[in-house]
Amino acid sequence: MEGWDKGTKSVVGEIPLLSTRAGPRDGDAWRQRLKEEYRALIAYTSVNKAKDNDWFRISAANPEGTRWEGTCWYVHNLRRYEFPLQFDIPVAYPQVAPEIELPTLDGKTHKMYRGGKICLTVHFKPLWAKNCPRFGLAHALCLGLAPWLAAEVPILVDSGMVKHKDDEAAPADAAAASGSAAAS
Amino acid sequence: MEEDLHTLLRDLDALKQLPDPASIDRMRDRVVKMMGPSGAAAAATRSKIKDMSAEVVDSNPYSRLMALQRMGIVDNYERIRDYSVAIVGVGGVGSVAAEMLTRCGIGRLLLYDYDTVELANMNRLFFRPDQVGMTKTDAAVQTLSEINPDVVLESYSLNITTVKGFETFLGSLEARSSNGRSTGVDLVLSCVDNYEARMVVNQACNELRQTWMESGVSEDAVSGHIQLLVPGETACFACAPPLVVASGVDERTLKRDGVCAASLPTTMGVVAGLLVQNSLKYLLKFGQVSPYLGYNSLKDFFPTMEMRPNPQCSNPACLERQKEYMQSKPARDAAAKAKMEAEASAAIEYPVHMDNEWNISVLDDSDTATSSVQRASADILPEGLVRELPDEDSFIEPPAPASSGAIDDDLEDLQRQLDALNSS
Ligand SMILES: [Zn+2]
Repeated sequence: MEGWDKGTKSVVGEIPLLSTRAGPRDGDAWRQRLKEEYRALIAYTSVNKAKDNDWFRISAANPEGTRWEGTCWYVHNLRRYEFPLQFDIPVAYPQVAPEIELPTLDGKTHKMYRGGKICLTVHFKPLWAKNCPRFGLAHALCLGLAPWLAAEVPILVDSGMVKHKDDEAAPADAAAASGSAAAS
Repeated sequence: MEEDLHTLLRDLDALKQLPDPASIDRMRDRVVKMMGPSGAAAAATRSKIKDMSAEVVDSNPYSRLMALQRMGIVDNYERIRDYSVAIVGVGGVGSVAAEMLTRCGIGRLLLYDYDTVELANMNRLFFRPDQVGMTKTDAAVQTLSEINPDVVLESYSLNITTVKGFETFLGSLEARSSNGRSTGVDLVLSCVDNYEARMVVNQACNELRQTWMESGVSEDAVSGHIQLLVPGETACFACAPPLVVASGVDERTLKRDGVCAASLPTTMGVVAGLLVQNSLKYLLKFGQVSPYLGYNSLKDFFPTMEMRPNPQCSNPACLERQKEYMQSKPARDAAAKAKMEAEASAAIEYPVHMDNEWNISVLDDSDTATSSVQRASADILPEGLVRELPDEDSFIEPPAPASSGAIDDDLEDLQRQLDALNSS
């Protein structure tokens, strides 16, 4: 596992591995895979909360579990920056990883493909390929999205491309915005 | 002007009595002349042509193509109108491939892309600044139908990697051509820019027993490749990690910070040209169809190779196609033998180079051509080619899921658990 920091390495080790090689068109096998995905997401979310490193919310957006939506956030200079998060489970999953999208950042950084799909590091795809079908959505978030946010959010904030919501809102709204819970 | 209109009216009345295509064309020309320069340019579209003609006149768009037949390069060029080609991805490679096939007079083109035209695309060929904001498929249909109205164009603005998009994709490949000439398509060209979408094209073509060609340009824009995939007969895209051309640039010196991908109209144009040339050879049955052809633009090096299917491929549809291919071996052998015998007898009847007055011995270069095509074994790759991704690590199948406690839970219960964590 070259290319990842110690923290990421130790956390990814705590996410249960999956075993069913099934994609969204595989009927009952996909339901089995979906159970494994939930188990891994539950474990990963619990680990994050225990380590006080909670950083995303995600849930299936349709009964088939082929589309997922949620939010993710990153703390930079003691301020929390939050972004909607979405992706479809690709037909060729799990041989190919989901393409994670942050639609509100579309067009704001070069480290992104069209439609707000994040541009993963050169290390991610080889590791995913080696670990097929044992890696799932939780692994994609941990090894794909988390390092991307850590690398890109500070640049986006410092360059002024992304503004904190308190600075964006009109003074009257700012008080209300700062008091609202970010995640739902 | 007034007088012109009066004669036009008279001719129209005459036409009512007796329809005459030639007089319609003449009247059209007169109207265009009356319209002035800008109107004339807009009206300079041609009507459909029923039969391809080899007649060399400046009004025949097919004369130079039909010359291929006169020269003996192609047996029957006009057959191109019977073929349907699906192009997945109408970007820097796909749009150019579509234009080439349109100018060649292909029968039907199916175009798939979910993106819109942006100013950032203008470093590539085909799309124009005035098309910014249109879907790539609609913009392509607009331009292509002006270039050649004989081509039947179908535009699908959708993402084939989603479950819903994939179903539409499969259905459209299977559907009958609108003019009833043929069912389905003859060739699928993958011109997408990512591994995820290529795996989806692979899945569809394995399921439909559809021959396809893959194309790709490296993210550093200096190399590319094309690959022929015949389900069951050649390696499928999932049989082995994808093969790409080594650019020769040291990964450690390649600066990836702040960019995802670069692109050049030149590399994309070259790859589109190689792809469509291979497609024409495949469809019109001339020359040698390349199983894999790489392009390294830094060294102007073109590695080739051949890839057999992997009996342990992870794609079930690929394994089914491999089995079918094995079962059809006796029939293929008989056909090959019959063809060889027919060729042998033809050779006796018409000796080649009988009147070789210059006494030049023509070397049979087919041997040198095939020897340059190397067979890929598990680890040995021809010089200049590398695997883009590693193999899956082998691992022991875990015991039946029933033995692991948590997975016994039903799906709804697991969903509730995650929801509870999400709201805490
Ligand atoms: Zn295969």
